[in-house]
Amino acid sequence: MNNIFVYLEIDEGTVADVSLELLTKGRSLANQLGCKLEAIAAGGKLDTVGKQVFPYGVDALHVFNDERLSPYTTLPHTSILVNLFKEEKPQICLMGATIIGRDLGPRVSSALGSGLTADCTSLEIGNHEDKKAGKTYENLLYQIRPAFGGNIVAWIINPDCRPQMATVREGVMKKEILDPEYKGELVEHDVKDYVKDEDFVITILDRHIEKSKVNIKNSPIIVSGGYGVGSKENFQLLYDLANVLGAEVGASRAAVDAGFAEHERQVGQTGVTVRPKVYIACGISGQIQHIAGMQDSSLIISINNDPNAPINTIADYVITGEIEKVIPKMIKYYKKNSK
Amino acid sequence: MTFNIIVLAKQVPDTRNVGKDAMKADGTVNRAALPAIFNPEDLNALEQALAIKDQFPGSRITVLTMGPGRAADILREGMFRGADDGVLLTDRAFAGADTLATSYALSMAVRKIGDFDLIISGRQAIDGDTAQVGPQVAEKLGIPQVTYAEAVEEINADKIRVKRRLENGVEIVECPLPTVITVNGSARACRPRNAKLLQKYKHAKTVTERQAENIDYIDIYDMRPYLNLTEWSVADVNADVVQCGLSGSPTKVKKIENVVFQAKESKRLSGSDEEIDELMRELIQNHTIG
Ligand SMILES: Cc1cc2nc3c(=O)[nH]c(=O)nc-3n(C[C@H](O)[C@H](O)[C@H](O)COP(=O)(O)OP(=O)(O)OC[C@H]3O[C@@H](n4cnc5c(N)ncnc54)[C@H](O)[C@@H]3O)c2cc1C
Ligand SMILES: Nc1ncnc2c1ncn2[C@@H]1O[C@H](COP(=O)(O)O)[C@@H](O)[C@H]1O
Repeated sequence: MNNIFVYLEIDEGTVADVSLELLTKGRSLANQLGCKLEAIAAGGKLDTVGKQVFPYGVDALHVFNDERLSPYTTLPHTSILVNLFKEEKPQICLMGATIIGRDLGPRVSSALGSGLTADCTSLEIGNHEDKKAGKTYENLLYQIRPAFGGNIVAWIINPDCRPQMATVREGVMKKEILDPEYKGELVEHDVKDYVKDEDFVITILDRHIEKSKVNIKNSPIIVSGGYGVGSKENFQLLYDLANVLGAEVGASRAAVDAGFAEHERQVGQTGVTVRPKVYIACGISGQIQHIAGMQDSSLIISINNDPNAPINTIADYVITGEIEKVIPKMIKYYKKNSK
Repeated sequence: MTFNIIVLAKQVPDTRNVGKDAMKADGTVNRAALPAIFNPEDLNALEQALAIKDQFPGSRITVLTMGPGRAADILREGMFRGADDGVLLTDRAFAGADTLATSYALSMAVRKIGDFDLIISGRQAIDGDTAQVGPQVAEKLGIPQVTYAEAVEEINADKIRVKRRLENGVEIVECPLPTVITVNGSARACRPRNAKLLQKYKHAKTVTERQAENIDYIDIYDMRPYLNLTEWSVADVNADVVQCGLSGSPTKVKKIENVVFQAKESKRLSGSDEEIDELMRELIQNHTIG
């Protein structure tokens, strides 16, 4: 009762990174609250899910095994969560701010009349004093997220309704194995007790998935380009540098919108959140929404012809100059010094 | 065959173009400095409805919005582009609504409209970026949903086929009617205003607007009933006032903060050969790269 639940997104038997990241966050919240961490797996081919998630500190894994549950469709997964939550009365429910999580979360919150905060960038536990009502709430979930296009940060709470629900984008939280030997309980449920046949109203006629070739999130070095790079052709300079450094290429939204780089490469509030060892920002001014996705990089190098570009304030090294001149020199002297 | 379609549209501050003056000194948003616009993805939603109407003439499109009196602007905007009708849901008691209270109010208005085959909303509104209201309305009405839609491929009396966007691909799904569809920004853009419709509907007004303006040619509203924009209050849609607005919102804003980033002491380089040489040597030596 009153535990923390994480909805697991599962594709072909593999649990998505975003769900594992939420388990790590959920584990630390559970420790603070002195409650248990539970996870929900619904789909077919769930045999290895336990092995994948218990090391993150899951105390109970609720399994709903039924081929009809994958690929995901809205109503059956909604029914599972709604009915399970009526029994289990979780205090917190977390899911990925992915297409699935953003399809499922609002549906569940609407059915349960509980609040949901989308795209949180930070989750904390704290108290709240309602002066008007003269009431103090203890151990609420602070759901912290950017608002108004990222120009402000809002702290959202749900004082009275449970579960407190939040979605978080992939990459925002860090995933960390707690203990490879962690022992949790497997709770198998009979799907027909939770889902009606009528819930299967949507037929998936066709599905076309392209395996993404770009993986900037896990790259230790990122060479990222902005609108200042000037053209798609000039982006080649970034690829050349990335090649010699063994790095991936990222981009700002302005660069993506201008067609210089693919959308998967976008770093920032509406792109990927990254925290590489080295982030080289080339021709990026450093607006709030971009910085939100890379500020935790261990070392930031900015190359910009404007000495006052906002990104320079958070950079460890500021190179003032044209990327067309600076990048070839970086390649040249990297090669020279690494011999 | 014809369809009755309700398009959910919201008037939002244009957060995409937030200039310096849009933020007040205390870090809160100066809404007055931001122009109020038709939420971009709601225009994509309207276009999907218009395309169905093109294919099935006689279909009816009603734009439904909840907001303050000035939100009637987007009802007119919808009609300039081809919607047949507009409903403004407005009442002090709706103020301060989070997505749950908003979806409750909208679902009650939908019930009052009654006869519909399809509800189309935008994926998300740019003032909150939550993408919650569409699915929450669907749940409240007990009907299915298709989110992240890019195109309605086919519709007939009892079902609809929709192409929807996934993170790394697309999916074609079939769903029975009635249903809610939320439309993604990657769907077709909305057609521009039509000059004839602009002429026809430019005086379309809600009852409050008519009263406020003291219009002396008031009888045109009797002669041309299509100029009357419907305006409903909490009571008009039989809503429970406790479930509306602030009191119906489980989420509360505890506080709002300015975004501050930790400024670092940075090393400044000119980009000369010597300095870049030195930098690369340093980074290789301390194993940052290489
Ligand atoms: C809701 C919302 C979400 C957003 N999400 C994101 C997001 O996820 N990611 C993101 O990146 N943005 C996002 N943005 C957009 C963001 O506000 C900025 O518009 C964007 O980051 C600017 O990109 P930029 O720095 O590449 O371009 P600009 O701001 O145009 O900066 C270009 C820079 O290049 C420099 N420059 C020009 N020529 C050269 C040269 N030859 N050599 C070196 N430097 C040069 C210029 O001095 C300037 O600093 C979002 C905005 C909103 C409203
Ligand atoms: N006040 C409102 N009136 C009408 N439609 C709304 C309102 N708020 C949200 N919507 C619809 O719901 C979608 C998602 O909104 P949101 O959940 O706020 O991101 C929007 O694109 C609109 O289509």
